[in-house]
Amino acid sequence: MMRWLMTSVLSLMLLSGAARGAQNPTLQGHPEDYVRADIEYGSRLYAQHCSGCHGSGGDGVAGAVLRSGKFRNAVTDPQLRTVITNGFPTAGMPAFTLDPVELTGLVAYLRNMNTFDAASTKPGDATRGEVIVEGKGACLSCHRVDNAGSRKAPDLSDIGANRSAGSLERSLRDPTSQMMPINRPVRLVTRDGRVVNGRRLNEDTYTIQISDEDGQLLSLAKSDLRELTIATRSTMPSYEQELTSEEIADVVSYLLSLKGR
Amino acid sequence: MKMRRSLASAVLVLIALVSLRTSAQAPVGYERLLNAAKEPQNWLTYGGDYFSGRYSTLSQITPANVKSLSLSWAYQAPVAGSWQPTPLVVDGIMYLTQRPNDVIALDAVTGRVFWIYRHQNAAELVVCCGSNNRGVAMLGDTLFMGTLDAHLIALDAKSGRLLWKTKVAESKDGYSITVSPLALKDRVLIGVGGGEYGIRGFISAYEARSGKEMWRFYTIPGPGEPGHETWEACPPNPATYCDPEAWKHGGASVWVTGSFDPQLNLTYWGVGNAGPDYNADQRPGDNLYTASVVALDADTGKLRWHYQFTPHDHYDYDAVQVPVLADITWQGAPVKAMLWANRNGNFYVLDRVTGKFLHAKPFVKVNWMSGFDANGRPIQTRQPAGLPTYPGIQGGSNWYSPSYSPRTKLLYVSTWEFNAHIFGGTPTVYEAGRGFGGGVNQTYVPTPGDPTRNIPGAPGLPNLRRGPINNWTDAAGNGSVQAIDPTTGDAKWKFRMTDVTDTGIVTTATDLLITGGREGYLQVLDARTGALLWKTNLGAQMLNNPITYAVNGTQYIAAAAGLSLFVFALP
Repeated sequence: MMRWLMTSVLSLMLLSGAARGAQNPTLQGHPEDYVRADIEYGSRLYAQHCSGCHGSGGDGVAGAVLRSGKFRNAVTDPQLRTVITNGFPTAGMPAFTLDPVELTGLVAYLRNMNTFDAASTKPGDATRGEVIVEGKGACLSCHRVDNAGSRKAPDLSDIGANRSAGSLERSLRDPTSQMMPINRPVRLVTRDGRVVNGRRLNEDTYTIQISDEDGQLLSLAKSDLRELTIATRSTMPSYEQELTSEEIADVVSYLLSLKGR
Repeated sequence: MKMRRSLASAVLVLIALVSLRTSAQAPVGYERLLNAAKEPQNWLTYGGDYFSGRYSTLSQITPANVKSLSLSWAYQAPVAGSWQPTPLVVDGIMYLTQRPNDVIALDAVTGRVFWIYRHQNAAELVVCCGSNNRGVAMLGDTLFMGTLDAHLIALDAKSGRLLWKTKVAESKDGYSITVSPLALKDRVLIGVGGGEYGIRGFISAYEARSGKEMWRFYTIPGPGEPGHETWEACPPNPATYCDPEAWKHGGASVWVTGSFDPQLNLTYWGVGNAGPDYNADQRPGDNLYTASVVALDADTGKLRWHYQFTPHDHYDYDAVQVPVLADITWQGAPVKAMLWANRNGNFYVLDRVTGKFLHAKPFVKVNWMSGFDANGRPIQTRQPAGLPTYPGIQGGSNWYSPSYSPRTKLLYVSTWEFNAHIFGGTPTVYEAGRGFGGGVNQTYVPTPGDPTRNIPGAPGLPNLRRGPINNWTDAAGNGSVQAIDPTTGDAKWKFRMTDVTDTGIVTTATDLLITGGREGYLQVLDARTGALLWKTNLGAQMLNNPITYAVNGTQYIAAAAGLSLFVFALP
């Protein structure tokens, strides 16, 4: 990536960005703001897309040393995402179409190139991760990938385009911390005593629409319910003790490869 | 930690019934589609079942109680424009499309939404008539939709997640898909629109599981194929710009769903107009299979037979009506028939086994032809330049679906009567992705006392949209529902409307006929007599096919007007 990034562009960035950065320095991430999984994912994306021009050390384009992690015209992370997404066509840097998860990873890596030691990290292996998801992790007993698995928990077919590497890793270690409100488990008891467990798809003042544990789409009037409980703890187990760090990295790597269609 | 929501006690007291769906949502396998008529609570295909009769055996709503119908719920689409989908209802879930290519899963009892899938069309679309879509098909747990940028997509019905997407044709060359697909066996059939852009039309089948193309039938035969000779070599005539390669961009689009006879393993599809629409002189010959019905082997897509309603069409008489399959008695013998009230103004009965023409008769004023020869070929009477042709461009009927009731043995058709155009074809050069209409036509409003003379500047029938005031009046034509007896071709009764209609029809086992029109009335007629039983003003024109379905023992009627879908039931 960032092939043909011209020295002049970097000079422009370095000069023009200084004042804006000073106005709002907090919008630039600090090293502690970035999750190691994102940085690691970003390092792989960098090798794939960027190192051809910028070099593996970030100094392949004269005057555009990326290693510092600080850019005057891309002081904030949103600005850096914009630079990557739009490119600098006039200077020869093309625009890159990356999904939000990839941008998060790449930005995290660019901000931490100077301290991140790729050699100290064993990157996750998506193939091994898939084996764990389908086997030891028993993930498909609740989740679904493409047409395989259960509908009990959210479909993971495009999770790699929607959740950052860091979020996925945290989700494996502490599922509740990453659970979206719409995915909070719902327990309903109808006035005739039927118990339904599922996930909310939609809700209004008078009704609620859920997908139950069998994947049936149910719409219920709240006035017909004896109980409506929204759990704030995920029913997903933590894999902190179940999987090694290497195995978690493998699973994250696999999940990041699930980009949907 | 668990959070318990307190419910207002006053609300709790009010409602005692538990609305939890009791019918589980089962996959819609091919067996269910074959037997769709046996589960009238659902609406499983575009035409209700494979015979496309749009007849329901539901009987809760009757002539005696229909006046008590009241609104259960409404759903409003967020995008303006004519709204043409026919919803599916499967085990309490309604699957609906809205502009441009959204698919929505709703609770069929309350109208509340489970999920919405939004297809992102290509930025460059070439469509003649707006962002229309006529609905989805379902097979197993999968929904299928054609898109304006000429893709076929498959969605998981439970979640709305995209399963696969297949490019059907090149949209920048004028191809689009507005038709609701037809699912049968292990496959999904689709056709392409673009008859006003010089496409070469086709019908194709895709493996439901993967989206892989299984067969393709070009609705314009290529060199060496039977029928290609009907795109004749051009006589040298620069004045008419005769096109030696007219077949390559001769139209023959497919934008209304076909039918299927499982016993014969034949699927029947109506084929659209030839292109350029109005200058037939530059494409001499019959121009097969434009303005025809084709009967295809469902396994292979091979043509078994065809019948051309309008050879060498000058008038945009698409044969895009839904083929209605019915087993009737003809001249004392049972016949597997196909009933067809065509855009060209004639009602036809064909033998659907062989394609044999049995009989036909005009159901509206017709002057483009004067009768049929022994083989059922129309004897064409092209009108002199400047004089009106009946019916006009929108035809005697059009894409909205008729209904056949096996109880009354009548075909019910929404029609446009006494409407005409003065056609003016002009030579037109084909250019990929550009309009290929080939003429400018005038709506026709006859001068009192001189039916050959137009009133200059008088408003004619609007092509698609009407405003709140009818200033064209029925002098330019009027709408009617006609109850046609297939054995005679005569109308047993007519229900006349001041304005025209683009609303389909559904009939029921209690002899209700449910339809509407451009005036915005949802109206229920007595299918035996045509008497009005009930009406309500929905406030905007109805450009789609109403359906009826049931959930938990309650029968519903769903009809869209303007941007809203309205659902009615008895209190």
